[in-house]
Amino acid sequence: MNASPDITERFKRGDKGAVARAISWAENGDPRFATLIADVYSKVGHAWRIGITGPPGAGKSTLVNEIAKALRTRERTVGILAVDPSSPLSGGALLGDRIRMEERTLDKGIYIRSMASRGSHGGLSRTTVDACDAMDAFGFDEIVVETVGVGQAEYDVVSAADTVVVVLCPGAGDGVQAMKAGLLEVADVLAVNKAELPGADRLIMDLEEAVHIRLAGKSTWMTPVVACSAARGDGIEDLIAAVERHREHLKAHDLDGIRREKRLAQVHRVLDERIAEHLWSGGGFGERARALLDSGRSPYDVVAELFSALLAEHRHQKNGAK
Amino acid sequence: MTDRKIRVLVAKPGLDGHDRGAKTVASVLRDSGMEVIYTGLHQTPEMIAEVAVQEDVDVVGLSILSGAHMELFPRVREELKKRGLDHVLLTGGGIIPGEDMEKLESQGFAKLFGPGTRTDAIAEYIKTEMKRRWAHTS
Ligand SMILES: Nc1nc2c(ncn2[C@@H]2O[C@H](COP(=O)(O)OP(=O)(O)O)[C@@H](O)[C@H]2O)c(=O)[nH]1
Ligand SMILES: [Mg+2]
Repeated sequence: MNASPDITERFKRGDKGAVARAISWAENGDPRFATLIADVYSKVGHAWRIGITGPPGAGKSTLVNEIAKALRTRERTVGILAVDPSSPLSGGALLGDRIRMEERTLDKGIYIRSMASRGSHGGLSRTTVDACDAMDAFGFDEIVVETVGVGQAEYDVVSAADTVVVVLCPGAGDGVQAMKAGLLEVADVLAVNKAELPGADRLIMDLEEAVHIRLAGKSTWMTPVVACSAARGDGIEDLIAAVERHREHLKAHDLDGIRREKRLAQVHRVLDERIAEHLWSGGGFGERARALLDSGRSPYDVVAELFSALLAEHRHQKNGAK
Repeated sequence: MTDRKIRVLVAKPGLDGHDRGAKTVASVLRDSGMEVIYTGLHQTPEMIAEVAVQEDVDVVGLSILSGAHMELFPRVREELKKRGLDHVLLTGGGIIPGEDMEKLESQGFAKLFGPGTRTDAIAEYIKTEMKRRWAHTS
């Protein structure tokens, strides 16, 4: 299917409505996304991608608003993607992160998109990367992705970023809990938000110690712990400076290779989706699997049978093509 | 494989400071499977239209309790039009007297909802309307 030429043209002209439509296509699995992004792919790679994660209520959205504001004073343009969970029951979602970013609504150099996590199994990771690619190609200098720090799928999402900032705050558990939740492993920068509240110093010390134990002597990057107060606008410059140091670090340590591996992961996800769709809708595997199960075969047996059938078909097609 | 969700912007233009109604509608729409973007109080028509562009919504629902509906509905429609969003379903509700509602509907506005509306009636209306529209476009 063709990307509608109208949207591609508007996209290249810098019309936010077109990047918005591109992201909708990505979310909906609409094939027009592939056509559009292929057309503009030479532009992808310019933006720095910052992932922001952490428990609900840590102050991520407030912080994203402050970061965007600070980046704008440096005349950087910013694309923001804010992910909130879908309800597993209804499939609907209430997306409220924009409320904290209201002052940015009419800024021409800012684009904010709310996204529901929808069904997970990797789908969210694929869509998030697509949305970042779209915003990158559109021309934003910086991309900020906010997501809720719960569960593996969410880590995959932020891991797609160049720099991952994990936001914690006093009163929402101690450093050990953050470690147990696996949050420290994904962090390139740790932000202790609400630093004006009691308990912040303790949390900072715990985290610094945890980072030291994990990384000292083993890593060329020591995850910095930055104190900030998004509500007061304090510490934002320090946080941005830490992100910039991480950027310089990656540039000195094979950024291209790291980014290529992330793109490879995206190829993997899209290919998996394509193969699964081909098998289950086009390939009639559902019917064949049912028949085999009815004859009393185990799921592993069924898979072995279907897989060799698939390989045989593939071989047959290849020989036919010669 | 396309899996399209109805995206709705629930917005509160104007000066009144109550958003309980808007929040209730937002959760009802969420519970009926829609993706609802909620933006808080005191939104100007310009901000509402700008969010509608950035979020690529199918529907904008205004909650207006201030009595300024005769002014706000046309202004939001104008801002949407300016940005090429003529296709967006503009609906809403609040304290809107029956005669005003008729007047607005005669000016081409979609169905509006007055006080005492069953909230699931709004969800049903949006679903039916979007189904009809999507059947035409794709
Ligand atoms: N005391 C204090 N509260 C904050 C700070 N930053 C954010 N908050 C509040 O924390 C709550 C959750 O903020 P939000 O940005 O929505 O958190 P998110 O769920 O992580 O995105 C809100 O009530 C904010 O006003 C801060 O630096 N100090
Ligand atoms: Mg948030």
